[in-house]
Amino acid sequence: MSGLRVLAEPFLAEPAQLLPARQQMAFTLMFHIIFVPIGVALPALMLIAEYKGLRRADAVASKLARRWSHVAALTFAVGAASGTVLSFEMGLLWPGLTGRFGEVFGIPFAMEGVAFFLEAILMAVYVYGWRRLRPRTHFLLGLPIPFVALAGTFSIISANAWMNTPSGFTVAADGGITDIDPGAAIFTSALPYELSHFVPAAYMAAGFTVASVYVVGWLRGHRDRYHRLGILIPLTVAAIATPLQLVTGDLAAAGVLADQPAKFAAMEVVTEPGGHQPEILFGRYDSATNTVHGGISIPGLDSWLAGGSTDTVVPGLSQFPLDERPSNVNVVHWAFDVMVGIGTLLFLLVVWFAIAYLRRRDVPRSRLFLYAAAGAGVLTYVALEAGWIVTEVGRQPWVVYGHLRTEDAVTRADGVWVSFTVIVLLYTVVGAATVATLRAMSRRWRRDDETPDDAVPYGPRPAVPPDAGRAAAR
Amino acid sequence: MSTAEAVAIIIVLAMTLYACSGLADFGAGLWDLAAGGRAGGRQRRALIDAAVTPVWEVNHMWLIFMLILCWTAFGPAFAAIMTALFAPLTLAAVGIVLRGASFAVRKDAARSGGRHLAGWLFGIGSVLTPFCLGLTLGALMTGGVPPAATGPAPLTVTAVLVGLLAVVTGAFVAAGYLAAEAGRRGLPELEAWFRARARVAGAAGLLTGVAALTALYFDQRRMFDLLVGRGWPLLTIGVLALGATFWLATPGRRRGLRPAAVVGVAALVLAWAVAQYPYLLPFGLTIEQGAGAPATMRWVLVWFAVAVLLVGPALVLVYTLDQRDRLAEEG
Repeated sequence: MSGLRVLAEPFLAEPAQLLPARQQMAFTLMFHIIFVPIGVALPALMLIAEYKGLRRADAVASKLARRWSHVAALTFAVGAASGTVLSFEMGLLWPGLTGRFGEVFGIPFAMEGVAFFLEAILMAVYVYGWRRLRPRTHFLLGLPIPFVALAGTFSIISANAWMNTPSGFTVAADGGITDIDPGAAIFTSALPYELSHFVPAAYMAAGFTVASVYVVGWLRGHRDRYHRLGILIPLTVAAIATPLQLVTGDLAAAGVLADQPAKFAAMEVVTEPGGHQPEILFGRYDSATNTVHGGISIPGLDSWLAGGSTDTVVPGLSQFPLDERPSNVNVVHWAFDVMVGIGTLLFLLVVWFAIAYLRRRDVPRSRLFLYAAAGAGVLTYVALEAGWIVTEVGRQPWVVYGHLRTEDAVTRADGVWVSFTVIVLLYTVVGAATVATLRAMSRRWRRDDETPDDAVPYGPRPAVPPDAGRAAAR
Repeated sequence: MSTAEAVAIIIVLAMTLYACSGLADFGAGLWDLAAGGRAGGRQRRALIDAAVTPVWEVNHMWLIFMLILCWTAFGPAFAAIMTALFAPLTLAAVGIVLRGASFAVRKDAARSGGRHLAGWLFGIGSVLTPFCLGLTLGALMTGGVPPAATGPAPLTVTAVLVGLLAVVTGAFVAAGYLAAEAGRRGLPELEAWFRARARVAGAAGLLTGVAALTALYFDQRRMFDLLVGRGWPLLTIGVLALGATFWLATPGRRRGLRPAAVVGVAALVLAWAVAQYPYLLPFGLTIEQGAGAPATMRWVLVWFAVAVLLVGPALVLVYTLDQRDRLAEEG
């Protein structure tokens, strides 16, 4: 009976729009997040490759740069479309949030709009300027892209950090929002740790993913310079980002402990507050009895990680009223463990790569390394999504921590289940089409490798599209 | 002018630019749908692709910019609109994904079947989005969105006709742009094809416009009076400019078609804005009443100045490079 109740519980959520709205937002955000690292970090990879190509007259590096820019263009387009949906959803699904707090947290979003605008313009110039712009001009016009992308990341993370540690306003006695301070709304206490944890994550995801594509080719026997560079450039970038990520991850955990104790308690499934807390890996939390079953328990480690001593007092779930605990402790805890686990594995992979590369200046030979590197792209994405789940699900039941509950922000419009269904169907088709197209691009490139004229990346292009030209000739 | 009014003007400007950039967004997809069979429509689609690709992403940004400004500056009104027009706005978002993703995917799809399907979806999205956005505007104009909306806005004839008007105007402007583009590239056959389409769409636009005005007269007399009362100079400019576009779409003429189309569309959007002033949600909430905190408004204005300095030169760069043929797909 109790199992049935647990299963049915989410469906009984009040109001009825809450469940589909949360599902739709989670689904669209998790889809959009796939494109974010490509938009943030792939431009840096392509510019590094182009720089190498220009500096050493290296046609192979230039070819990689050009191809990566095409992937960036495609994913940027799909990412822009799915990002627009998110802008709509801010109002469609959460009118209680935008209606009440738009004037506070909209400020970083407005900055995002401008950064994204600039990125779109510069990407268009970069991607479509390969043939007709002078190589140096082309490179220089592309150079601001990674910085503009970082500015966009700053804005979005700032908005998210505000939701976690809201500031820059006062709630008046009548519930109205007063004393808005835009500076304080942008720079909240969660911003430094969220931003410093997200940027390396984006670079890791892009680096490992791009590298893994060429590692697969390498494993299939394509051991040429093209694949070597295709592995070494992104893997080096990821290798620099990974250790940073471990450090900032530690800062983030400390920050969450200070700013959102309930989220921290859920991440580590601490049931009762106090010192000498064990680190519990996985396991199953029962909200009815506030106990944890199963899992691997390491005595004292959680306290030690949180404060450098096993005596450190850590908040526990029992100190929060039932309706202020994260609504799904198990999801938050498991996502946290998955993220940390993958991060640790990737760090080991990076150490291996660094040692092997310093010794031989080449892609490591070990097949175990290559298999691991081939899987690293997908793994970083799993970690990235898990990290997002920790941040967002861990904030529940609040949409604005301590100020606005998710159920009060949700729309009262009918038809959210319908819109959720339509969006899932649509995104499934779009996602499949994007993957199919990327595969088609890669197949075409593989065929093109056999034609010599492709070796020159810069050069004249036909004045009119080939098809239109034929029409004119007729 | 108050800060709230200044921000409202910026939002109207973004809307106007989005409407005028028909080249990128709202109309080309309809012609892509109507371009003909796989063989017959090839050249037309190739032209649409070549003309739209480098700039469409950029033009799309106006919409995002506008949405963000709306909820930052006028949060409660934004929430009311989104609640009352949940269904059409969700469909508009669906259309944007269909359009954007299919357009991006089409060029690189492996097989002609896949390209064809992507083209269809691009066209459908390209019709769905302007229709739904127009419908939203129409519902707003007829007073369908109360400040504390909790249920759907009534579906009026005006709203449907404004939706249709958005589609037809887009088609008209896009056909004009594409004719000019074909002329610039020295493709007379395509130029003639798009010129003919521009004329048909122009005629349809005139009929739809008159029908929408008539419907507005019956649905919301007060807005009608404001539109033809204080909005008449802009309406006149709009009609004259679109008439000029129609006239310019005759063989042998090339110059001035695009500026005329831009002026025509801009005048129509501005006529609506002038008529609706000072209301955010006619006739229940004014701009002043719906505005966010003064600090936010000031911040938005300062940020807009920064944005103009940053985005302005970049926009000039991308459009200049595009018109000088410096941007193109790799052949």
